[in-house]
Formats: sequence, structure tokens, C-alpha cells
Amino acid sequence: MKRLLIFLILAFFALALWAGSMMSVQVSTAQLRGTPSFLGAIAAELAYGDRVEVLESGRGWFRVSTESGQSGWIQESALSSKKIVLSTGGDISSGASTEEVALAGKGFNEDVEREYRAQTDLDFTWVDRMETFGHPAEELVAFLKDGDLEGVIE
Amino acid sequence: MKMTIRIFRPVSSAFVAVLAIVALSTCSSFGEIGGLGAQLAADAGYISDTQADAVGDAAESAEKAFETLTPEQEYYVGRSVAANILADYPPLDNESANSYLNTLGQTLAMVSDKPFTFKGYRFLLLDSDEINAFATPGGFIFITRGMLECATDEAMLAAVLAHEIGHVQLEHGIKAIKASRWTDTITKTAIAGVAMTSAEMAEVTAVFDDSIGDITQTLVVNGYSKDQEKKADEAAAVILARAGYDSEAIIFMLEEMNRRWNPGGHDFAATHPTPNERIRKVRKTVDSQPRPERSSTPVREERYERAFSEI
Repeated sequence: MKRLLIFLILAFFALALWAGSMMSVQVSTAQLRGTPSFLGAIAAELAYGDRVEVLESGRGWFRVSTESGQSGWIQESALSSKKIVLSTGGDISSGASTEEVALAGKGFNEDVEREYRAQTDLDFTWVDRMETFGHPAEELVAFLKDGDLEGVIE
Repeated sequence: MKMTIRIFRPVSSAFVAVLAIVALSTCSSFGEIGGLGAQLAADAGYISDTQADAVGDAAESAEKAFETLTPEQEYYVGRSVAANILADYPPLDNESANSYLNTLGQTLAMVSDKPFTFKGYRFLLLDSDEINAFATPGGFIFITRGMLECATDEAMLAAVLAHEIGHVQLEHGIKAIKASRWTDTITKTAIAGVAMTSAEMAEVTAVFDDSIGDITQTLVVNGYSKDQEKKADEAAAVILARAGYDSEAIIFMLEEMNRRWNPGGHDFAATHPTPNERIRKVRKTVDSQPRPERSSTPVREERYERAFSEI
């Protein structure tokens, strides 16, 4: 019982900590929506590495404001608490840890894949083709609706 | 990795709660608290000191993996693992089937705990009689024609895709990379703002190659741990229910797979616990999900038939 109480208190503080903090978009593109739902109207498209300020959070979504002053909701798995640095303006490794900063395009990247492909001679044609198989969220919501699937669309 | 994962099973809910706090905490390192959690569990007599050390080590290696790999890097790992799978299994080139598979799969991913990967979830049918399915880090998901033939409706196919999405959301692929792969160079090149030297590039590529090998070997040959399969099945039951499907569909799918179970075969039998064992373990989660009024509708039946009419 005591452990449960400690857990709940810590969980509360962990959630409260998000408000006011800065986060980064950690996916290649993300949608800023009018409501905390995949049904929410798209207010803006955000790019990899874009910084946002968290205003509030709830049920897997963060309400954020962008650097250009727009605000809206973004699903939590599209955001990271790390600062994602896109350009490589000199050596920033001193004092920075991977916990705080991630450099876009570093480590396992396009160059490493190219080197690996040259060594292994693997065919990536279908991998590239798979990447074109995307469906917009609106179409997925319609798929649920058409099938009378009363899914939790959030 | 396999051994240490199994140690998690007998551990009490108190320890799970400690780990849950870690997951919610924004300022603590996983390894530190994982070790602390293991020590608390050991102090409370839930696990032995030796087990606590092993859990601590597992937490430390998991910390390295999570700290080091960004979703972007996971995406590159996933692409190469996908290319390796496609070297063994030819793709099934049918537009209507693959389009439906992606609509269904991406719908399930949308209601999962991890709707977003770096470039999204992508699904592809493989032209193989073998009964199998694979998921790479970053969300490249494959399902064989043999597996598709086990399913008789949308919900059963959804159960397979949801199980694979479960592996992605639980980061099982990344956890298959041996901890020893995380060298100083890897950590350094991930955070240093300077271009890689050619020697560093060679070392990073070698580690990349080894990591792809670890994951592919786990997916195709060795399989995940029984506990990871159980967790993916539980995640699948939850995802199915959230989408509005009857999560009992995963039981129906496992029952059909059990009828086709071929011990010693080069398919899911080589890499998974028996379907009956999996049914026993996922039953409780399935039973705790809300049941929809209807298990299917004419629209679902029609679109399922149409999607696969040519194959």
C-alpha cells in the first residue's frame, strides 16, 4: 500500500514536470492538431527537430506551442525530451550527453547504410517501395467508421 | 539477454511499480533506477542478490540502447533488417492486398501505445507458404501468405498485425542487439558534432552490421524470449479492443496456428512458444477487454474478401 502511494505521488510529479518544458519533434513529420485526437483538424505540419513548448498534457497528447507561435495538440510518441540538433555547428560533445542531446543524421545514418549496402550487396528496392505505402490518419479513421469499429480514436 | 529477461517473470508487482516509475520519470537514468529497483526487490526477498545483479545488468544494457539510438537511427536499423528479411523471403507484389494490409495495420498502430515511428509503420506480404510474421525496429512489418491463410477474417489478421506492432512498441528488436555492440565510438559518433573519420566510419559500419545480424538472427532463427512473446500477445489484445475488434480474435488465430503447428518446422514453431501455451498466458488480458456487440459486419467481410481475391 505504501509503495503504491509512493508510486502515485512520483507518477503525479513526473507528469506535472512536462508543463513548461521544451521538447523536440522526433519523427520525420508530425501534425499539430486542433484537438487531442487523430480526428482533430491539422493546424500545422512540424518537421524533425522542431522545438515546441509543452503547455499541458493529457491522455497521450501534449498541447504545445511552436517557435512561430502556433499552438495545438501533438501525440506524445512524436516528441522527445531530448534536444535534437539538425546542423553540426562544431563539436558539442563536451558536457552534452545522449540523454540531453541527439544529433540528427549521426550514428547509424544514411552514410552508414550506404557503406553497409556496398559491403553486403543487399537489395533495398522493396524497402524503398514499402515507404510509399502510407495512408493519412483521416483515411484510417474512415476505415474504422466504415467497418462499424467503435475504436478509441484519440 | 534471454536469460535475464526470464528473471523478470517471478518478480513481484512492487518491482513492476518501481520500473513503471522509471518509465514515467523524466530526469533519472534507466540503469540507475533499474539497478535500484532490482536491489529493492532483492531486499524485499522477491529475488536473490544474483538475480538482482542480472536485472541491474539488463537495465544497464537497455539504458545504453535507449540512450544511444534515436527513432531516426532505429529507422535505419529497421530498413537494413527489412532488406535482410527480403533477401530470404520474396515480396508478394499485389497492390490491393498490400494496400488493405497497410490500411488495417496503420489503423491498429494509430490506437497502439506508439502511434508514431520515425517514418511510420509499413506492412508487406511475403510470398511464402511458411507460417510467419516479422517486425523490425522502426515499424517495417512482414506477414507471409502462409500466415494470411490461417486467418479467416479481418479481426484474425488484425490480431497478427497487432502482435507485431506490440513487438515494435515494446522495442523488442532493439533489445535483441547485444549490449557489447555499444562501443565508445558508437556513443561518441551519436553525440559528437564532428564528421566521422574513415576509421570511425568503418567501426560504426561494423557495429551496424553486427546489430542488424543480432536482430535478424533473433527474428528468423532464435526467436524472442517467451516473456517478450507474452507481452506482444497482451499488447495485441489491448490494441484489438481499442480499435473496436473482439480481442478474442487473437485466441482464434492461435487456435488455428495450433492446428497447423509443426514442431521442428522452419516457421513460427522454431521461434515461438506453442500456441496453446500462448493462449493460456494471454487469456486473462483478453477476458479483461470490453467485448464489442458484433464480431464482424458485412462491410468488413466484403473488404477482406476483395483485398485478397487475386492471391
